[in-house]
Amino acid sequence: MITLTNLQKTFPARGSGVPVQALADIDLTIGRGEIFGIIGRSGAGKSTLLRTINLLEKPTTGSVRVDDVEMTALSAAELRQARHSIGMIFQHFNLLSSRTVFDNVALPLELAGMPKAEIKTAVEPLLDLVGLAEKRDRYPAELSGGQKQRVGIARALASKPKVLLSDEATSALDPETTTQILHLLADINRRLGLTIVLITHEIAVIKEICHKVAVMEGGRIIEQGPVFDIFAHPSHPTTRSFVDPVINRGIPDSLKDRLSPTPQPGANPVLRITFTGEKATSPVISAISRKLNLDLNIWHGQIDEIQGAPFGTLVVEALGDSTSVEAAVSLLKVNHLGVEVLGHAVPANH
Amino acid sequence: MLSPQIIDLLIKGLIDTLHMVAVSGAIGTLIGLPLGVLLAVTGRGELLQNLVFNRIIGAVVNMTRSTPFIILVVAIIPFTRLVAGTSIGTSAAIVPLTVAAAPFIARVVENAIREVDRGLIEAAQAMGATPFQIVRKVLLPEALPAIAMGLTLSAVSLIGYSAMVGAVGGGGLGDLGIRYGYQRFLPEVMLAVVVVLIVLVQVVQSTGDWIARRVNKRNLKV
Ligand SMILES: Nc1ncnc2c1ncn2[C@@H]1O[C@H](COP(=O)(O)OP(=O)(O)O)[C@@H](O)[C@H]1O
Ligand SMILES: [Mg+2]
Repeated sequence: MITLTNLQKTFPARGSGVPVQALADIDLTIGRGEIFGIIGRSGAGKSTLLRTINLLEKPTTGSVRVDDVEMTALSAAELRQARHSIGMIFQHFNLLSSRTVFDNVALPLELAGMPKAEIKTAVEPLLDLVGLAEKRDRYPAELSGGQKQRVGIARALASKPKVLLSDEATSALDPETTTQILHLLADINRRLGLTIVLITHEIAVIKEICHKVAVMEGGRIIEQGPVFDIFAHPSHPTTRSFVDPVINRGIPDSLKDRLSPTPQPGANPVLRITFTGEKATSPVISAISRKLNLDLNIWHGQIDEIQGAPFGTLVVEALGDSTSVEAAVSLLKVNHLGVEVLGHAVPANH
Repeated sequence: MLSPQIIDLLIKGLIDTLHMVAVSGAIGTLIGLPLGVLLAVTGRGELLQNLVFNRIIGAVVNMTRSTPFIILVVAIIPFTRLVAGTSIGTSAAIVPLTVAAAPFIARVVENAIREVDRGLIEAAQAMGATPFQIVRKVLLPEALPAIAMGLTLSAVSLIGYSAMVGAVGGGGLGDLGIRYGYQRFLPEVMLAVVVVLIVLVQVVQSTGDWIARRVNKRNLKV
């Protein structure tokens, strides 16, 4: 649905400053009907990337294809036409304070020159969809943040877009309202088959509704893939720093102090075993334990849910010689469990 | 206290003043409003950035605005004659008043439009709006409360200026005050003129405030 190829964006220097390279070597493919999340810290280039999709930001070089149309090649009039099929919602809602809820949702249709009567029949179902039918004659100033974002969503859907771009749409909302808005977006995605690209600095948003995720840093995509895979096996340190607080892959601090990165006399290896829903672990682990005569001392265990699928982490200290530990690792791998040696546990009385 | 003749003169003066203010205000708005929009949208980083145009219009506006009004009145007498056919009287006074009002209103409108949240422009662009649609459907309606306040301010200034043109034979309340109150030394006429002007300014200001509040949907009580 959306393909960004070798995208670069450099902002010219302001005053005596240096030019800012906001996007570098961006390659991204977003499938039809996907909810694609882009996460990164402030200044990573997320907004710039999102805005190149509807060409609010013109890339310095590279290609932006949306629904098989090369956006960078369009004339101004063609671009305006193309933008009718790309909705956008914003962190601060960007509603017109001078217009009622109904008239805000009607705006994109007015701009497209739709007759008044048709606008009415188009807007009313949208207000129902976002649950704001009874607020139709209210002004934005009379609405809560969550209600304002619902108006924003209805407005973005008015021209029946194929793609919805969301720039930190929940970042100004409280956690409860955030969840409601995210569920509304997921619902719209399912019901209308809408492709959603959302950017956020909150990993919880990614965890809640995204199918795929790309992690950005310094204008680059440092890691991307299905949300489950990225959460289960984050490879870049930045990704890990995002994922760790929500997926407790870590180990308690008291135990961390006992870990040495290198083997030591009398220190047992500490393994992190990760498993996903379908794979029953305890039989495997107890079988390995029995077969190899290896005692596994459980340090820490946790089960999370990512995208509705359970995801478990087990941190164990393997009390046995190095050959049986190696055998255990390969057996776990054969059983499709994730295994990682975290370090070597120095005995507590040291 | 005031003779019927004086009261008649006051009424006529008031009507003349209202006439001058209304006509110069209306023409000034007709010229100033589009000029203000153009100034706002052609600025750096704006919708239709055009710095050359922006600087030229800006310079013309500043030139008129930095000339003291009384100097402006005298300086453009040839132009006033050309337009109004005369340089004295109410109709003639409308010319310099309009010349002063238009750039004032242009700046007022420019500032009002620049105050509109950039996010709204971006949202409209994302919807595929043309620049003209953005001006008409987003910038003007959103700036309306500020424009209403600015036009009120302009009207109040024009009332003051219209009294000043009295000094150079412009008619209206200012003319009355100068000729009767000052030159014939009738302090009660001077006082009456001042009172009428104060009341007029109050009425204009309150009406303007009321309209601005009515069109402002930004601070509604929830
Ligand atoms: N219009 C602009 N002019 C100059 N620099 C910009 C502009 N927009 C963004 N930037 C810079 O580009 C970088 C990425 O910005 P942005 O995409 O807004 O990041 P994010 O949305 O991830 O916080 C930042 O360093 C920012 O200062
Ligand atoms: Mg941003």
